Amino acid sequence: MKRYAMLLVDALRDPSSTATLDADGWTALLAMARAEQLIGTLARRLSGLAVPDAVQRILEEARINAEYQRRSALWEADCARRALADYPGKVVLMKGTAYAAAGLKASEGRHIGDLDIMVAREDLPQVEAALLDAGWEWVKENTYDDSYYRDHMHELPPLIHKERDRMIDVHHTILPLTARPKPDAAAMLADAMRLENGLYVFSPADMVIHSAAHLLADGELDGGLRNLWDIHCLVTEFSSSEEFWGNMSYNAGWHELTFAVSRALRLANRLFGTETGSYPEYWATRYSLIMVVGRNETPGDELNALQADNLFVRRLTARDGWGRSTRKFTRLGFYIRSHWLRMPPLMLLRHLWVKWRKG
Amino acid sequence: MHEFRVQVGPAAFRIGSAWQRPLAQLAELYRDYPTPDIPDYSVRLEAVSFLRRFIRPAVSINGDYVLPDAAPLPLAQALLAAEMAMNLQMALGWRRHLLLHASAVEKDGKALIMTGASGSGKSTLAAMLGCKGWRFMGDEFVLIDLVTGDAVPFPRLISLKNEAIGAMQVTALDGRFGPLMQGTPKGDIRHLVPARDAIHAMAQPAKPALLLFPSFGFDPAVREILPSEVFIRLTQASTNYVALGEAGFTTLTRFIKTVPARAVDYRDGQEAEALVDRLWSELA
Repeated sequence: MKRYAMLLVDALRDPSSTATLDADGWTALLAMARAEQLIGTLARRLSGLAVPDAVQRILEEARINAEYQRRSALWEADCARRALADYPGKVVLMKGTAYAAAGLKASEGRHIGDLDIMVAREDLPQVEAALLDAGWEWVKENTYDDSYYRDHMHELPPLIHKERDRMIDVHHTILPLTARPKPDAAAMLADAMRLENGLYVFSPADMVIHSAAHLLADGELDGGLRNLWDIHCLVTEFSSSEEFWGNMSYNAGWHELTFAVSRALRLANRLFGTETGSYPEYWATRYSLIMVVGRNETPGDELNALQADNLFVRRLTARDGWGRSTRKFTRLGFYIRSHWLRMPPLMLLRHLWVKWRKG
Repeated sequence: MHEFRVQVGPAAFRIGSAWQRPLAQLAELYRDYPTPDIPDYSVRLEAVSFLRRFIRPAVSINGDYVLPDAAPLPLAQALLAAEMAMNLQMALGWRRHLLLHASAVEKDGKALIMTGASGSGKSTLAAMLGCKGWRFMGDEFVLIDLVTGDAVPFPRLISLKNEAIGAMQVTALDGRFGPLMQGTPKGDIRHLVPARDAIHAMAQPAKPALLLFPSFGFDPAVREILPSEVFIRLTQASTNYVALGEAGFTTLTRFIKTVPARAVDYRDGQEAEALVDRLWSELA
């Protein structure tokens, strides 16, 4: 039995690779896919292929469940649309719900959890009031957490709907305000595209950039494989347009996310064979270990990007055939990195101090 | 990690454990059940921390589907942990049938289904009837086929609680019991292996013929329940009704239109058995 989630990566990239799996191999693959919330995606990838009956039943169940998640995500988006009907600004859907609403391949079989939307920062009070009025409530009552979110984060503290028990995250930009890259949220809103129902989604380039930022410039790569699969699907679907590559190159620089985007493309190419089209070769060679640590945007020459990429691959595939997290030290490293990316050292100390005192 | 696999009705489980002993207990209790090749769900009984594997060992419940705030249990209650973990996979994961939180027994190819809150006695009633000429189909979940509307058995180990333990030790004289677990979050618990015929027939569905809402501890009575109320109660008793979408709605409404429903109050097993026999014989 393979110990790490390369088994899952292989099955997603090349579904026919599952033909050689024995019962234990399938068992491990399905457990990994569930743990990475990719079972619905795997089910879509394997549809039409000959698989053992027991596997077929599990995959069929995953398809039913993915359809349910899609239906509820779109319903939840519509609830938010109605709650914000009097708000004149753009309401941009993000992540899974956006892919589903825009009918993109990235949404096929995808797990969708909370609803994520983005609005202009200056409109937050109005949007917040409208949502509270329509039955959403604060999840966190703690004043430190609340003011932390409001002062330093890219989103409001999470809200949950009191009747439907569903969460909404209201963003005003795509990275915490304390992170070093400063994406231009206003430009993203300006470029967002209108859907038939009046909600918006990011432009193709910004969709990929947001996904890359979420994967590599924020957080500890939990759910990273799913995120990387999104990037693979988005890039594959958009890549026929020359405009897309030009926009992506330009926007990534504009949003100070060149490093995240290029690494995301390299990782997607390496794990899923994503065609990165006319994206300059240059991107694939010049990044140093400092990019793993992250806060600095200066390319160094000591270690090449591919060596640093290895660490990301180790982290992305740290999952065993029981669905357990593995590679504790790699995970710990990325956990520390996530805090390092998120805030400057003094602020981090203060944050940990307050969190520690509150137990 | 130690491993044990078991097939219960249509569902196949893989149970991993940091300790050998709970799996040996499971293997003994589940010895008449088939062993699947490819399990539907994996669950894991893991140590809360490395030290807690040895010192005051505590079992944390993990698996494909987990509850974020599930409290760990002492190792002595590992069988309960395994049962809770397996139930959780069904409650959160199963999409192949409409899942009802209910117990069921079968006679002549027809199923009597009992549902109600914890403490209503549905589990004990099913266990008791299983010793009195009925085939035991399950004491926790009944699975309704989305195409045929049949009730599909899920005859896992019977989980007896508190007073039901003593009552069943008298009723099931030749029954195989698991260890008595005292002071669990659900009180005293002891598992009982279903009768062999129930295990062997676990792939055989039955036509739902009667739905009961039992209430334990009241003077004996039988009341009709309006279909609208049955509908609301069963949507609450189902963990996957919403997820199944239209198929869930069609299956549930067909069930309600074809299966008569009654609320029954009773004070003890004998009274319940008499009420059940009477209602069963009144079915056309």
